[in-house]
Amino acid sequence: MTGTAILHPPLFEAVLQLADDHLILGHRVSEWCGHAPMLEEDLGLANMALDLLGQSRALYAYAADIEDAGRSEDDLAFLRLERQYQNCLLVERPNGDFAHTIVRQLYFAAFMHPFWQWVSANSADETLRGIAGKAEKEMAYHVRHAGEWVVRLGDGTEESAARVKAAVDALHHYTDELFQGSPAMTACAEDGRLPDVASLRPAWTATIADVFAQGLLEVPEVAHPQTGGRMGEHGEELGHLLAELQYMQRTYPNLQW
Amino acid sequence: MVNPASAQSLDAARAWAAAAGVPDPEVPCVTVAELGILRDVTIEDGVAVAHVTPTYSGCPAVLAIELAIEAALLEAGFEARIERVMSPAWTTDWITPEGLENLRAYGIAPPVKGSTSKMALFGETVVNCPRCGSADTQKVSEFGSTACKAHYTCKACAEPFDYFKCI
Repeated sequence: MTGTAILHPPLFEAVLQLADDHLILGHRVSEWCGHAPMLEEDLGLANMALDLLGQSRALYAYAADIEDAGRSEDDLAFLRLERQYQNCLLVERPNGDFAHTIVRQLYFAAFMHPFWQWVSANSADETLRGIAGKAEKEMAYHVRHAGEWVVRLGDGTEESAARVKAAVDALHHYTDELFQGSPAMTACAEDGRLPDVASLRPAWTATIADVFAQGLLEVPEVAHPQTGGRMGEHGEELGHLLAELQYMQRTYPNLQW
Repeated sequence: MVNPASAQSLDAARAWAAAAGVPDPEVPCVTVAELGILRDVTIEDGVAVAHVTPTYSGCPAVLAIELAIEAALLEAGFEARIERVMSPAWTTDWITPEGLENLRAYGIAPPVKGSTSKMALFGETVVNCPRCGSADTQKVSEFGSTACKAHYTCKACAEPFDYFKCI
């Protein structure tokens, strides 16, 4: 409040965590480009990847501003090591088949939609409110798109139902981490900048229950939730993703378009 | 509102006119002013500052739009700067009536107001065919040729068309 050089490390870290979630998921979804099961889905997934990358870009730019240490949004996105990424584990899960991708998309969007709604309506942080104003609308689309697919697959053929059920079983234990947040997110919630992520669970659970009921799926019980992403503890797959994501900047440092 | 004593407001009006005519690169039937993404043009220390807001977070045309506006201002004799405004977020409600009509005439169904945000799941929207006006249309894909459009087809006249999504 006094002076201009006060850093807000929890805010920096929380914004970085959100940026990492969106970059990593955006990259994952972009891996479908040219490979989706039909042309419309190819366009759809590429568009949603673009939404996520656009959101991550705004978040990285804000994080770079907060940090005020000469690092740009690109430096933050491209030049950190695996353990320095603090995305949740859900977003780095490999695409698997289309059902895995769609279930992952539903889980994340059903969380981010109420998250951005809260920020847009309540946050004390003007920049985050601006980012949220767009993101909440985009996330509403993502929820609808993924939700419709989960219903279609779950209530589809024997094969599609088995695949979407396998995806739910494989991914559901990564969802707890969304509601655990991090010390940085908790500090920002106390500041009134970000929602208390635990408070978003009822909205998320209601969306998932609604979609699963229509898709004839059951919400599995999770005995051992997987966590650690917020502390930089990732699955081996993230390293592979980063190798591709960072290739150009690592090979040609400071390359510009 | 009008202050004839202020040469600056004349400059601002001239700068607005120069910037406002720039067409959107992906939807060239509408200008940036009709689309509502050019929020304002102000004169600050002799520099024309165009305040531009993106339609979608990841809109790949943002940079092209900003460069085109800057070029139009330079051409009109101004020193120019672009200010990217994130808040408040752009909404299709900001498309002007002329813009909506230009979209329709171009073959893009304009956004149907009030069709989102209430129902994130399974919301239904009636989109009229921009060619024959029929309401008997069908969504082919939530995502069309650009991030801001969905793909529809008209069951009455068989016209495939883009729908400018309401956000």
